[in-house]
Amino acid sequence: MATQTATLPAAVPASVGVLLPAFTLWWREVVRFYRQRARVVGVILSPLLFWIVIGSGFGTSFRSGQAAGQQNYLDYFYPGALVMIVLFTAIFTMMSVIEDRNEGFLLSVLVAPVPRTAIVLGKVLGGTTLAAIQGLIFLVFSPFVGIHMTLASFGLIVLTVFLVSFALTALGFAIAWPMDSTQAFHAIINLFLIPLWLLSGALFPLSKASQWIRWIMYANPLTYGVEALRTLMYPEAPSSFSFEFSLTASILTLVLFALFMFGLAFVLANRRTTKPAA
Amino acid sequence: MTSNPSAIALAPPEAPATQANSAVIAVRGLVHRYQDRTALNGVSFDVRPAELFGLLGPNGSGKTTLFRILSTLMVPSSGAATIVGLDAVRQPGALRRHIGVVFQAQSVDLKLTAYENLWHQGHLYGLRGPELKKRIEEILTRVGLLDRAGDRVETFSGGMQRRIELAKGLLHHPEVLLLDEPTTGLDPGARRDLWQYLQVLRDEEHVSVIVTTHLMEEAERCDRLAILNEGNLVALGTPEELTREIGGDVILLEARDPQSLADRIRSKFHVDASVMDTHVRLEIESGHRFVPDVVEAFPGEIQSLSVSKPTLEDVFIHRTGHRFWNEEGEAAAETGQKKKAKKR
Repeated sequence: MATQTATLPAAVPASVGVLLPAFTLWWREVVRFYRQRARVVGVILSPLLFWIVIGSGFGTSFRSGQAAGQQNYLDYFYPGALVMIVLFTAIFTMMSVIEDRNEGFLLSVLVAPVPRTAIVLGKVLGGTTLAAIQGLIFLVFSPFVGIHMTLASFGLIVLTVFLVSFALTALGFAIAWPMDSTQAFHAIINLFLIPLWLLSGALFPLSKASQWIRWIMYANPLTYGVEALRTLMYPEAPSSFSFEFSLTASILTLVLFALFMFGLAFVLANRRTTKPAA
Repeated sequence: MTSNPSAIALAPPEAPATQANSAVIAVRGLVHRYQDRTALNGVSFDVRPAELFGLLGPNGSGKTTLFRILSTLMVPSSGAATIVGLDAVRQPGALRRHIGVVFQAQSVDLKLTAYENLWHQGHLYGLRGPELKKRIEEILTRVGLLDRAGDRVETFSGGMQRRIELAKGLLHHPEVLLLDEPTTGLDPGARRDLWQYLQVLRDEEHVSVIVTTHLMEEAERCDRLAILNEGNLVALGTPEELTREIGGDVILLEARDPQSLADRIRSKFHVDASVMDTHVRLEIESGHRFVPDVVEAFPGEIQSLSVSKPTLEDVFIHRTGHRFWNEEGEAAAETGQKKKAKKR
């Protein structure tokens, strides 16, 4: 064997490592996204519409309540809308895991000498990048809701957006990995992810909710993302915004959430199955 | 690095001593069960270096399962498969460096250009920089698409996309190339090109090529063949050896009542006659001499008659007792089957 193939260059190095394959998968994720213009427009415009339409609608209806005060409901809703952009981008980006599987792309990655860690890392960081960029683009509107950021608070906002993006993308990966149909994925989004967002304090404050809803909101990691952003954006906010957690506690919770989700995605992707799909 | 032969880990130390030098791929007693059915039922064979080896079988014969096990995507229930001395179950990471895999399903990214697809693929195999660039240009020249390097793959024809698939599989100079029904959905011209290219690969680069197919005319172009049916290896050898063993000719008689005709032929001529749909089928020495006798013996009962040299389809019938395609039109629905077969 050795003699007849010796004329070929020894192209493949002994160890491929994690970084190069992870980089290339990340790169593909990002390039693909921006080559599909409809997707780019969709993820920016739909939450913007959502923010303005729902925010204005709710704002007027609930004006009588003390939550509104002189602070516009649009302001209150702003961090929630940002988290929504991040959620949608992160989750929909990970739908590509299912598409990749149904085409042959994922197979060609799985037969390459690439550690599964690199696959999870590349994919998740790709989705994270897109989600975080989309979220940060939304910050363009922040002057309209009277948000004045210092360099420090801007840095912390970027960190929070990154953490939320990473955790949600990893969650999306973990959901998408065992699936073979995008329809089922949509079902999960409606059943699980939309409620996750609704009960994150994005639409209504924690303190105003009934007891059992509050418990759900405490258990919901997204609550901490929304809280952290709101704390950073409105440092001198009225009491009606009801901060319950310190910024540090929120961010630490997000870090744990992100690590847990990545760990879950990692474990799922590392299972070697006897089933045909993976 | 490219010119240093000592850098090739072709005969790794972990290669088992029993590994015969003549076998690049050794499959031993491979069994695979899904929950409700057995897809592979103890399959063993060897593939030699620089051989174009075909896995022929109808849908559901187990060839896709076998393909997935060889490409390290699935772990078999029992048995072993080694490629260049590396075990597909225990050393998948090391093995993956030595194989190139071309799937039936499309694995190129349509939104990327041909060059970008290969650049991405190269990174997955640890290739980078100028070396990778050179190799991409080389392989694109090989498949005749260098002038389209900067175009998105979605603008390519089916045949050109398939050539990019092939380029992806070959980018890292694998010693073994595995292809799963590579000509699915290609027009006859593109099919012919692909097969010619596989032969060039075998002859010039000494790559061992394993290709699954359900098409007889493709199987006939292989150096050696394994024919699978319902998870069992029913035949193994060169196409010539396999067809020669039937000996003589194959006669097909179309009749209104094939069952009764077959019974009477058996008792009168003492030959083995079998019924296939509306036909009686005979394998017989010197068919030309038998034909007048049988027509004479049953006047008016035979509606049509054909005499032919045995084909691989006859080998399949001979070994399994039934036709290659059990259901009408299954072969015609080949592209539709592709998706279904994948899901299973």
